[in-house]
Amino acid sequence: MKNLKYMLVGIVFGLALTKGEAISWYRIQEMFHFQSFHMYGIFMTAVPVGALSLWIIRKLELRSADGQLIDAPVKPYHRGIIPGGLIFGFGWAFTGACPGPLYAQVGAGYLVTIVTFVSALAGTWVYARLQPYLPS
Amino acid sequence: MDFLYKPWPWYVAGPIIGLSVPALLLMGNKKLGVSSTLRQICAACYPANVPFLHYDWKKDSWNLFLVAGILIGGFVGGTLFANPEPTHLSPATVDLLHRQGIENLNGLMPVELFNWHTLVSVKGFVLMVVGGFMVGFGTRYARGCTSGHGIMGLAALQWPSLLATVSFFVGGILFSYFVLPYVLAL
Repeated sequence: MKNLKYMLVGIVFGLALTKGEAISWYRIQEMFHFQSFHMYGIFMTAVPVGALSLWIIRKLELRSADGQLIDAPVKPYHRGIIPGGLIFGFGWAFTGACPGPLYAQVGAGYLVTIVTFVSALAGTWVYARLQPYLPS
Repeated sequence: MDFLYKPWPWYVAGPIIGLSVPALLLMGNKKLGVSSTLRQICAACYPANVPFLHYDWKKDSWNLFLVAGILIGGFVGGTLFANPEPTHLSPATVDLLHRQGIENLNGLMPVELFNWHTLVSVKGFVLMVVGGFMVGFGTRYARGCTSGHGIMGLAALQWPSLLATVSFFVGGILFSYFVLPYVLAL
């Protein structure tokens, strides 16, 4: 299965999210109240490590294992970024979870977060339904 | 094995999270992102007549493997090798949470708030159902979450991702200061 290697990345990613307590509801409240450096430390090391790796990959014009030339993602501006971002932030404060941690929280044995997850699916579905009417 | 039980400091967890960016790029030119899997699951399970959900979701099924892995990682780190001790939160946070009525600070989630019984109360419904809905709706509307915008987008120096990440934090700060206390008091 050619996709299994992505599962391996997911396992390490999920383990780091969990052991780093980035999926902790308490840590998220602590972060939003600026009471510890912990979560900011995670972001402030993860982003430069990602940026430096991407820079090296592009500088050396490396190819992926399946021979594609690696390109950086382009994330264009659109009008949903600020309202969508704020709405997600509201939900982040309530649930203590972003989409990645939603999966990790279920895995960590907090089975009731399946409800949060299903509700996130409902939110995605409603967005999809309303998309033609929303400014984008 | 001890390191599997202990929580990892930010300078260990952060770089490992960051390394998922080059790992995915080198394996198959894939861009880290998680919220797109919610759209895929919707497209796979109930596309109805919604144009946004009619696309070739199977073509991007690699990220369903990624999130299956995140679930397994959560199981290994949070169930098999769960930290037996309470989280080392700052004293100010412990004080705040106690003042908000949360006594038991063990594990990763406050079980007094997040359980099957509170789900049928207004408080639990708002936290889990309304909160989850906003996570799903907001990330799709912003076209990315803390992974896609906050890590991948920022690593690629995309200014709209910076705007998105700032919005995530502004929303979170506003709600945890001004709205959450009222929800917890319900």
